[in-house]
Amino acid sequence: MQTEERRQQDHKIRKDFPLLTEDIAYLDSAATAQKPETVIDAEAVFYKQYNANPLRGLYQLSVEATNRYEEARECVRAFIGAASTEEIIFTRNATESLNLVAYSYGMHVLREGDEILVSIMEHHSNFLPWLQVAQSSGAQVRFVECDGQGRITEERFRAALTPRTKLVAMTQISNVLGCLNDIALFARIAHENGAVFVADGAQSVPHIPVDVQALDVDFLAFSGHKMLGPMGIGVLYGKRALLQQMPPFLYGGEMIEKVTRTGATYAELPHKFEAGTVNAAGAYGLQKAIEYMQQIGLETIQEREAFLTQYAYAKLRETPYVTIFGADDPAEHHGILTFRLEGAHPHDVAAILSDSGVCVRAGHHCAQPLLQHLGVSSTTRASLAFYNTTEEIDRFVEVLQTVRRKLGHAE
Amino acid sequence: MQNNSFYNEILTEHNLHPYHKHGLADANLELEGVNPSCGDDIILRLKVVDDVIVDGAYEGEGCAISQASADMMLDLLIGKSKEEGLRLADIFSRMIKDKISDEELEELEEAGVLADISHMPARVKCAMLGWRTFREMVE
Repeated sequence: MQTEERRQQDHKIRKDFPLLTEDIAYLDSAATAQKPETVIDAEAVFYKQYNANPLRGLYQLSVEATNRYEEARECVRAFIGAASTEEIIFTRNATESLNLVAYSYGMHVLREGDEILVSIMEHHSNFLPWLQVAQSSGAQVRFVECDGQGRITEERFRAALTPRTKLVAMTQISNVLGCLNDIALFARIAHENGAVFVADGAQSVPHIPVDVQALDVDFLAFSGHKMLGPMGIGVLYGKRALLQQMPPFLYGGEMIEKVTRTGATYAELPHKFEAGTVNAAGAYGLQKAIEYMQQIGLETIQEREAFLTQYAYAKLRETPYVTIFGADDPAEHHGILTFRLEGAHPHDVAAILSDSGVCVRAGHHCAQPLLQHLGVSSTTRASLAFYNTTEEIDRFVEVLQTVRRKLGHAE
Repeated sequence: MQNNSFYNEILTEHNLHPYHKHGLADANLELEGVNPSCGDDIILRLKVVDDVIVDGAYEGEGCAISQASADMMLDLLIGKSKEEGLRLADIFSRMIKDKISDEELEELEEAGVLADISHMPARVKCAMLGWRTFREMVE
């Protein structure tokens, strides 16, 4: 694509995002994405036009609210290629989705002697729930590690599986290394081994096409806020046969069929897992986010993000004193560049970048086992989305090159 | 945009060329202080005779603020009584969490350059690490 054409595309996209102005270079989309106007407005539209408690009112407004909520569910179903809306459960975020699987599936199915296999690169949200399950059930947590390039090879994966492995928890894209794990392959091998496969899609669903039936995962968790949607709405996809045999996660309103003094029967899927008044406005906002992504086009999103990642990787690579973690090939980074600047603590790097409006994340990125594996206690991470520009990356690298001097190092 | 004016010459000098970052063979007090979320980690050692801090040193790693703050703290503490040290720790703590008088600021000498940290809540614990460890150690 020609530079001029790209500039026009930049402008066309960025005018949709009120917060993306000249004042900041927002390079923290792996933490949360910026929101287009249509998503920001959606929650107001819901509360102005459709607000009623969904799923139980017998008056027209409540029916409207229910329709918006269920249309959002259908939109999510189609977006990830699920077989049925019964398999789409709205939660608060990926963390809650993963806890739901851990508590309603893991706690009830896993036994002493069973093994849970997690990858070393899991976000704490796809690790700590499994540690809890292990501690309660007597099952053991085992790790599959990545190589120096951040790759989990088939060989490593097969070697980590044992006949006792009953559950595999793995992220599709690492929030630190940016690498894409071959979930379809690993899910197939896990199934041959008699294990269920739980995928964390928090970093993948916002950036690449994800089809749960093609991947054949048993569960997939992701957050709305990382894919242009509002905070406080997330999704759990689960295969119907598994969801049906699982007990509810939270008990209370809107998830029951019949309650007596001594017991209850529970609602059908997916409502069995959606206790209490739901975040219908958030779901409506998430639908608007998905529609916005579709309007931009997933191909355009991928093309722009691949181009920007390549551009940023090359610039960072030629910056003195910088070490980038993960693969040497920028195509394997999916918008995520985690690095160290020699002689500068990541928190100082982020603070100095912040003076020039450059927003990056510094710390352990909620993946401490991985950082221990990499031999560092903290790093700086720049993460990109399709709405970023080469100008923002230039500004980031330019300021980064002044950090050592600002910290008193002689050049 | 806020301005991180605390990355000044005094702070960077204490971070890159600390006076007190070394072992202390005849220390009689030793405590490790950690900020688990950022990985800041120091081991503070003091030699206290008749309630007077006659010598002190630290070792560790972390951000410029945590390391420089520990170094400037030792500049202040060495030669003072434990009580006096705790009084300075209280002034320092109030400085970065709230406000102090000009007279109090003067007492902190170079450590006063960290006053602006109060605008950056996430970094308060970095500046406090050395002082917090000192307090735990002598209280």
